[in-house]
Amino acid sequence: MDVRQLCHSLKLEPVAGANGMDKEVNGAFAGDLLSYIMANAAKGNVWLTIQAHSNIVAVACLLELACIIVTGGVQVDSDTLEKADREGIPILSADQDVYTLCCKLHGLGI
Amino acid sequence: MNIALDLHIHSALSPCGDNSMTPNNIVNMASLKGLDAIAVTDHNSSENVEAVIKLGLKKGIVVIPGMEVQSREEVHLLCYFAYLERLLDFQQRIYQNLDGENRPDFFGRQLIMDESDRLTGHNSRLLIGSVRLSVEQIVTLVNERGGRVVPAHVDKKTNSIISNLGFIPPDLDIKSVEVSRNKDVRQLLIQHSLLTKYRIIHSSDAHRLEDILEREFFMEVPDTSVSGIIEQL
Repeated sequence: MDVRQLCHSLKLEPVAGANGMDKEVNGAFAGDLLSYIMANAAKGNVWLTIQAHSNIVAVACLLELACIIVTGGVQVDSDTLEKADREGIPILSADQDVYTLCCKLHGLGI
Repeated sequence: MNIALDLHIHSALSPCGDNSMTPNNIVNMASLKGLDAIAVTDHNSSENVEAVIKLGLKKGIVVIPGMEVQSREEVHLLCYFAYLERLLDFQQRIYQNLDGENRPDFFGRQLIMDESDRLTGHNSRLLIGSVRLSVEQIVTLVNERGGRVVPAHVDKKTNSIISNLGFIPPDLDIKSVEVSRNKDVRQLLIQHSLLTKYRIIHSSDAHRLEDILEREFFMEVPDTSVSGIIEQL
């Protein structure tokens, strides 16, 4: 499944990084401490977080994550969106909490 | 001149600050330990700073007006100012962006005291919480007021800019970082080579009197004025 199909299944729209929608999704990782994410998430993961700081884009680039879902209706900073557009990292904004979204991802076979 | 400092001390106003951390006890302990300059940096508030400044003047200890703010990303930032008025103006902005009410049974009574250690009030805000401001927004608010931000305990696993944000945003307008007192700085710099561009400050993060630093962290300053010290941060 790629990020475009994931968006469709979760009924989410990318708020930035729409040029990276072809990335293949191979798993999911949830967490908000970026140091922990850097040490533990894997290439191709969907990352669910409530952090909206522009460093999330750098971490996603570094690990070659598929996309970031900013959960809980948290507003994403404008410089984060600009950076995501530049780097082609899709950011999906979701009103649901992490648990609800993880259940849905599990339902999708991720 | 070379002076001994401890720029990260909590008073009884902080949620986790011991009730014995009164203005007089802090300044007397700093005096006994022979410190030249201190800062009382309570969580998201600075309502005991004025009393500490007055006592510092009597004891010949320089007191830097300060506060430890918890950003939206749960990063702890030490914010220092050359003048109390600037700090109090900054405090207004912090309060405007801080939600919730204290639960004294969980977080203590958050005591406000005068220079005689008389209780003048309690802070009823949820000082343990995060403000609705990003790290960058806080740095801007402090810099606009001529102050300096020093990210606190960057070597720790919680509430540190490195643990929470992965690394220090390269264009963040800061010059110094705080590292816990006993941390092996050489090892830390090997782990995080980006830290080499910052001045390393050691402070105690004392919540109890006995934890205040001895004469163990020194800084070379042009003079012992508050602004002379701030410029080095």
